[in-house]
Order: sequence, then structure tokens, then C-alpha cells
Amino acid sequence: MNKKSILLADDDRDYLEQMQFHVEKLGFKTILANNQKECEEKIETEKFDMAILDLMMENEDSGFILSYKLKKKYPDIPVILVSAVTKETRFVFQPEHDDSWIKADKMLEKGIRPDQLQREINKLLKI
Amino acid sequence: MEKLKILVVDDERGILTGIRRVLRNFTVSFPFHDEDFEYELIDSETGEDAIEIIDSQDIDIVLLDNKLPGIEGVEVLEYIKKKEYDLAVIMITSHASIDLAVKATNRGAYNFVPKPFNQAELKSAIQNVTKHLFLKRMTKELTSEGKEIRFKFLSVLSHELKSPINAVEGYLRMMEDKQLGNDINAYTKMINRSITRIESMRNLIMDMLDFTRVESGKKSRTIQEIDIVEIAKIAVDSILPIAIQKNVSIRTHFPDELIKKCDAGELEIIFNNLLSNAVKYNKEEGQVDFVLKKDRKNVIIEVKDTGIGMSEEEKSNLFKEFMRAKNVKTRAISGTGLGLSILKKIVELNNGNVTVETEVDKGSTFKIEIPF
Repeated sequence: MNKKSILLADDDRDYLEQMQFHVEKLGFKTILANNQKECEEKIETEKFDMAILDLMMENEDSGFILSYKLKKKYPDIPVILVSAVTKETRFVFQPEHDDSWIKADKMLEKGIRPDQLQREINKLLKI
Repeated sequence: MEKLKILVVDDERGILTGIRRVLRNFTVSFPFHDEDFEYELIDSETGEDAIEIIDSQDIDIVLLDNKLPGIEGVEVLEYIKKKEYDLAVIMITSHASIDLAVKATNRGAYNFVPKPFNQAELKSAIQNVTKHLFLKRMTKELTSEGKEIRFKFLSVLSHELKSPINAVEGYLRMMEDKQLGNDINAYTKMINRSITRIESMRNLIMDMLDFTRVESGKKSRTIQEIDIVEIAKIAVDSILPIAIQKNVSIRTHFPDELIKKCDAGELEIIFNNLLSNAVKYNKEEGQVDFVLKKDRKNVIIEVKDTGIGMSEEEKSNLFKEFMRAKNVKTRAISGTGLGLSILKKIVELNNGNVTVETEVDKGSTFKIEIPF
């Protein structure tokens, strides 16, 4: 069986490499993007089964923008948004809700442990 | 559940009953707000009555007919505007005319609902006005306490502070779980990266302290006559090690002395910022020209580099907090995104100004003029 691949976008290179390490260890292929712009290019050119996107990159809402673009092109590909900052913004992010303005399947605060990551990925990929 | 009070001003009983029926179990929710909104209806048949209710109760939304037995709807609108009440008005009227629309809009009406209206029209009008009211109140709350900028600053700041913590924590967890086996040497890169992240976090904290001190005006200043050239020489010496590492040469163009009344610490921050940027964003074997001179009115400081330069967009964001240009070329360069905001604040504190000339891949020149 072919390995499923996951698009990872983060402008924090340490965090990106750590995610890459964990995701690959779980048995997936990874496609990496170092910022919003690169990620937009990868969405256009690469094939992947899921995306894990950082929220704040060049723009404060890079993740939202990417998620929106991605879902427009591939409505069925699950998207997890991750961010170091959530509560501080005072907004409540509940992308799981159907009527949410954020087009993503899950929002996670950084500091994600590998086992939690595995659970969320498996749930969304229905593994 | 948050309750909003709607005052319906209409002399047709049928309209009121209709509105009551439509809004009885109607709630509005927004993804950016925890609580749903529901509505409590109050009614009045005349404008005079309505004014009394508005004066005595906290009304949020007014559904206002223009044609009323006594004073007209627009007069009620006028009253609300004059009193600066924090509420939104929707005009309901069958006698819609351009004239009335202009009048009402000028007097602050938020929207119009033509009579007769159906359920969906009313609901969507209420939904819109609720969003408008909520956002308006939230903005007002933030600006009134001078919080809007502060709040944005804080959320970006916490992002900048938490990111290195997450990165270091991630590496430590990987080591804790012995993800790369038992040989400590396998973890050298993780350890080095962690140290780098901690160093940059320390820089950020130092910059932030400078920044808040300057911004709050709490920074103590010692204004005295000093030789700017002396301070500039020290700044050059302290940047030299990094310049040598990068093979960047620094050429100074200083007069013998340049005496000015100012705070030595502030000048140090200015020089250190300009020079470290000129070196960090330079290319290998690049060059920095550091000029000090004066004209009749000003001390002029110029720092010219042969580095990566900036696009127009990057230039326009240059002095904003945390707006580091993020691109492939700057990725490996560490910076807090506060240096130039601090510099600008200090220059302004000294009644001076900063200008930048820049060209992508050619370099940038920062010029500061501070009056004597």
C-alpha cells in the first residue's frame, strides 16, 4: 500500500522539523512548506492526503487563508490548524462546527504530543 | 445566552404581533463569540412613547416605523443621534422614498426593512444588526481603553515568546523519549538549536524591556553634552566579531568629534541597531559604510549596506513591531522584530526622523537626522 502523505507548513523551522520527524515516524510521507507562500505553491502542485498548517506565518491569519484555499480546491482533504497562540486572541476557534467561518477540521494549540498527533491524524484520515 | 432588547415602534398592532412571532425563539450565533444572542421585545405605538422608553431603559435595537401618529420616526432617530445612545436603528416603512432613506441614513439609521416583510427578511436584518452592534461595541471597548493596539501587540508578543518555548520543549521531549537512541551525540543538533532559540528569546526579552520603557516614557534619560563619535566607535567595536565572521567590512566616515546634547544610552541603541542590521542582512564579503556628519541644523547618521535590500511592501512595514520581513533570504537570520520600532521611537523622542532607501539585492541605506 502506498504511504499517505501530509503537507506540513510552519515558518518556525524547528517546529517544522519536529513535526516532520513525528509524522514520518507514524509512517507518513511529508511535504514541507516554510511559509504561507511556499505552502500556496505546494497546494497547487503537490498531491497529499492531509495538511497540518501553522496559523501565524507571514500573516497573522496565514493558516486561515491557506485552509480556505485548500478546501476550495480539495474539500475532502482534512486540515489541522496549529498555533502557539489561541486564547490570547480572545476569539473562540471551533472549526469542528459546521457553521464555522474557519474552514478547517481541527484546531490544536502547539505543544502537541506525538500520541495526540497520531490520534488526531488517524481520526481525520479514518485509519 | 446574551439578551438584546429590541424596541418596536409601530402603531399597527399586526406588525408587532408578527415581529413577536418571528423573533420568539430566534437566536443568532457567531463563531467569534461564545454566547448566542436572543431577543426581548418591547413595544410602543408613538414616537413620544419610544423616546421615554429609550431614555429609561437600555435598548439595543430599535425597529422604527417612520409614519407615526405624533412625531415622525426620523425625529426619534434625530433624538437618538443627539443623545449619542449606543443602539442601532432599523427603519421599517411602507412609505419608502429616496428622500426618507437619505434623511434616515444621515441621522444614523443602520438599515431599512420595507413593509410588508417576510420572516427571512426580518431575521436577516436582525442578524446583521446584531453583528454590527456587537463588533461596534467590541471595537469601542478596545479603543476606549487604548487597548486595540496593545491587544494586538500582546497576541503577537505571546506568539513570539511561546514559539521558542514550544521549539525547545519539543526537542527536550524528543530527548526524553530517546527518539534518536541512547547516544547523546545524536542529539547535538537538537541541543544546539535549543540554545540558539533560548538566546534569541533572551534578546527578545531585552528588546521588549527597552521597547516598553521607551514607549511608556518611563525610560530615565540623562541628557548631557557628549561626543557622538566616541559612542559610534564603541558600537563599531562591539559589532566587529559578527562582521568578521561574515566577512563584512565596516568603513567609518567620522569627523574628529561631534558634540551634541543627548542621552548616551539612546545613541547606543540607535547605533547598535543600525549596525547589527547592516551586518546581519548583508551578503558574505559585503560592506557597511557608517557616516557621521552634521549640517547647520542636524546631526546626520547614515548606515549603508550591500545586503539583501527590501521590497516596497517590506519597507512599508519596516518600523512596525514584529514585522520582520519573512522570506527565504531572512529565514536563517535571527531577529526579534522590535529593533527598528525601538530605534524609531528613540529618534522621535529626540525630535528626529528616519528615512530608508533600499533596493532588493543591492542594499539599504538608513539615514537619521536629529536636530541639535
